[in-house]
Amino acid sequence: MRAFSRFAFAAIVIAIAAPAFAQGTTTAPITVQHPWARATPAGAMTGAVYMTLDNTSASADRLTGGSSDVADKVQIHEMSVVNGVMQMRQLADGLPVPAGGSVVLKPGSYHVMLIGLKKPLTAGETFPLTLTFAKAGNISVTVAVQAIGAMQDDKGGMSGMKGNNKSGGGMGNMEMK
Amino acid sequence: MRPRDWILIGAAGVAGFAVVALCIVYAMSFRGAGGVAAVVPIGGPFTLTDDTGATVTEKTLAGKPYAMYFGYTYCPDVCPTTLFDLSRWIQKLGPDADKLNYVFVTVDPERDTPKLMHDYLSSFDKHIRGFTGTPEQIATIAKAYRVYYKKVPTDDGSYTMDHSAIIYLMGADDQFVTVIPYQEDDAAALAKFKSLAGLTPTS
Repeated sequence: MRAFSRFAFAAIVIAIAAPAFAQGTTTAPITVQHPWARATPAGAMTGAVYMTLDNTSASADRLTGGSSDVADKVQIHEMSVVNGVMQMRQLADGLPVPAGGSVVLKPGSYHVMLIGLKKPLTAGETFPLTLTFAKAGNISVTVAVQAIGAMQDDKGGMSGMKGNNKSGGGMGNMEMK
Repeated sequence: MRPRDWILIGAAGVAGFAVVALCIVYAMSFRGAGGVAAVVPIGGPFTLTDDTGATVTEKTLAGKPYAMYFGYTYCPDVCPTTLFDLSRWIQKLGPDADKLNYVFVTVDPERDTPKLMHDYLSSFDKHIRGFTGTPEQIATIAKAYRVYYKKVPTDDGSYTMDHSAIIYLMGADDQFVTVIPYQEDDAAALAKFKSLAGLTPTS
């Protein structure tokens, strides 16, 4: 079953990828926008990195993992709250990035999970992260650390985010510049 | 095999939650109908260890209404979000925050030692206390509060935890009052805390 689905997947990937190679596509197929992480509480052994992945190529790709100096392991996870129960799953086969499409990693959804943090992530700092894609290979990015409660990269650029629009606060946290 | 496993895990999660949801809805319906004690009780006796290493029981919280949240420190997303939200609500309550107790109970006692929970909570409002215990003690309190939690292995031999992501609000009499769901907005959450603290008439 598993071997077959892998075979089928490989076949599909090859079928999709073949025309791209035939056309001699050489530009960077994946771009990583606004990689950011939340500051972690003291003592926390895990952290999460969020970003938007754009695939400009004509072939689908997958984010399969990565590495970073700040953590022992880097995995790709999906988090969801289903009927009040938080579930977190490792995406063992990676996160698909559709051909010509985008995928958003954000709180409450997909994230790059840092496991075995060597020190807490501190707001205002940055750290290096290498992302591994099935076809695009390794892409190195610099991750900006935001406050613990941040719901999005404070450089903005993401719309439709839930949760940053809390009523009753009057804190004016939706600054437009 | 893998797709079937996922379906089984998903089905187990949905079934687990359905039980919790039914209990809560049932309990709330009775509570709302004139303060009659819930037929399906939420809450109950427990013995745990707090983040300073002291033994705590349900009597430790007696006398004040309290907010109880179940999570774990290896959780990178929902737990810090919820504890951050809770910290903000506590700060907005100002001096009235002292009228309530706030507890973070781990569902991952194997990794969450008192010291780790103490360090972790130092990043949040100081009112929030951490409770951990033996796996059996955690199972007892989770059962009492109808909390769903489940260990889910990852391929590196480690694991993550599925768990109910709601804050339980309990009266000073240890009776269940209501819940705050994940990412409740500030106004609704604060109204519940103020009601719980006796600052506004209960509707």
